[in-house]
Amino acid sequence: MTQLFALVDCNTFYASCEKIFRPDLKHKPVLVLSNNDGCIISRDHIAKSLDIPELVPFFQVEERVKQLGCQVFSSNYELYGDISARVMSLLEPYATAMEVYSIDEAFLQVQAEDYQAHGQAIKAMLWQNARMPVCVGIAPTKTLAKLANRAAKKIPRLGGVCVLDTPTKWEWLLARVPAKDVWGVGSRLSERLKGLHIHSALQLAKAEQKWLRRKFSVLLERTIQELNGQPCLDLELDPAPRKSIISTRSFSYKITQLEELKQAICSYAARACEKLRAQNGLTQDIWVSFEGFDQHRGRIVRQTVKTLPHLSNDTRQIAQIGQQAITELYQPGLRYKKCGIGLMDIRTQTYEQADLFNPQQSEKSRALMAVMDNINQRYGKQTVQLAGAGLQPKWAMRREYMSPRYTTRWSDIPVIRC
Amino acid sequence: MSYKVADHTDPLAAVSLPMSMERVAAGFPSPAQDYIEDTLNLNELCVRHPDSTFYVRVSGNSMRGIGIYPGDVLVVDRSLRAHHGDIVIAVVDGEFTVKELALQPKPALLARNPDYPPIRINAETEVEINGVVTHAIRHFRGGEFRDG
Repeated sequence: MTQLFALVDCNTFYASCEKIFRPDLKHKPVLVLSNNDGCIISRDHIAKSLDIPELVPFFQVEERVKQLGCQVFSSNYELYGDISARVMSLLEPYATAMEVYSIDEAFLQVQAEDYQAHGQAIKAMLWQNARMPVCVGIAPTKTLAKLANRAAKKIPRLGGVCVLDTPTKWEWLLARVPAKDVWGVGSRLSERLKGLHIHSALQLAKAEQKWLRRKFSVLLERTIQELNGQPCLDLELDPAPRKSIISTRSFSYKITQLEELKQAICSYAARACEKLRAQNGLTQDIWVSFEGFDQHRGRIVRQTVKTLPHLSNDTRQIAQIGQQAITELYQPGLRYKKCGIGLMDIRTQTYEQADLFNPQQSEKSRALMAVMDNINQRYGKQTVQLAGAGLQPKWAMRREYMSPRYTTRWSDIPVIRC
Repeated sequence: MSYKVADHTDPLAAVSLPMSMERVAAGFPSPAQDYIEDTLNLNELCVRHPDSTFYVRVSGNSMRGIGIYPGDVLVVDRSLRAHHGDIVIAVVDGEFTVKELALQPKPALLARNPDYPPIRINAETEVEINGVVTHAIRHFRGGEFRDG
């Protein structure tokens, strides 16, 4: 039996998460805003049908949205993260191998007698167990599975599942899809393709591969092979550890005090170091930057890199050098919009060289970090933190419309009248 | 059982000893060592399908008769198919509620308190079963769950 690729993609993921524990919103339009309540980043299908645009600044449409009776939410990443983990874990028995592609989509390698039925089973299972609506696209290659998924979303009579298992089926679809919607093509490349009279995905699939390869790249040639049902892209099962980790965010209002900047750096350093330790990494070079605004000079960006005496993943050490850096960069009189810290050139712990003559991170420090991570994992983020991050900081993100963290905090679980 | 005469020209083939998988400390071994198991964990008892399980807190008195009181925490499993007699989380007119599911003689959601009438399930009512309640947890010492 042949194996095919299935792309399972959650429908309007953030908005759907918000609806799980709010049955009263079943027939109401729902919107989710980005960090700091800046832009609309997710709209459920009802909001889409009301022509509420995506990725526009919220304040521009706030009035209209409220008139239309939309329910608005700040992004609640703790909830979305938990629901995503559940969805991915529920999918595992339905695949022989699986790649979590993003927070709301996964590629599965699937094997079934009847792929249409398999896709429907996945869809029904996720609705029953997680109340998450999804669409499923199944095809011999990842690129075709992406297009199948898009078709499953756009063509209602497919019932949320689209299987492209024969050339007749995928060519029917490719003829109706513009080349720019093919995975890995994009609008810039598609403009150049138009010059060569390649408009639809089918025209791209039928184009002369070798000739296009010379003109463009080997990547495009691969895409063409994938469009013809020849798999070139495999599941990426083991993502490479990251070479650098950057933690930067905008403030909820413009801040002016050095003390507040130092608190922010300390708190971002803690997040970044947590990630660093999770991938078993060490760093020595710490990058720090800010973006501020001066009445006369306009936008001002400054950055610097500091080097630690030895490789480390100790939050205390990294936060301290980060604070030192921001103190040096600080200019009184500016209004600061954001700041960030980056851990550069990350090494894996096993490669760390024991050096008799240079100091290195002590066993004690490692043990302390492990205890900190354990506590924060068990009792929730920031249970234990450095005092330098400030308690209840004023600069923290604006989340005016945040929903409860229904599945990750005992104080937030839904209350049910009976 | 078959024997193989060791070929003494190959020193490795001649000697084959079982490897100890356990760390052996010098001194007297603990007699309890063979009996150490994981400690009991309430999740094992209450949460059969963690990915499909969620928790809710009760308010209201309609289920007192079966021992569900305000403030109790219910363990709800969405993966289970609801049967006649199950305690379920249902959505009635866009609101969650906890009731007993009756499929005979006619489909209905029953309260366990005479002050609350049954809710009939028919074409006119919009009722959806959201999960099966598998356990109820009550605090007798007024202790609340501690969050991080």
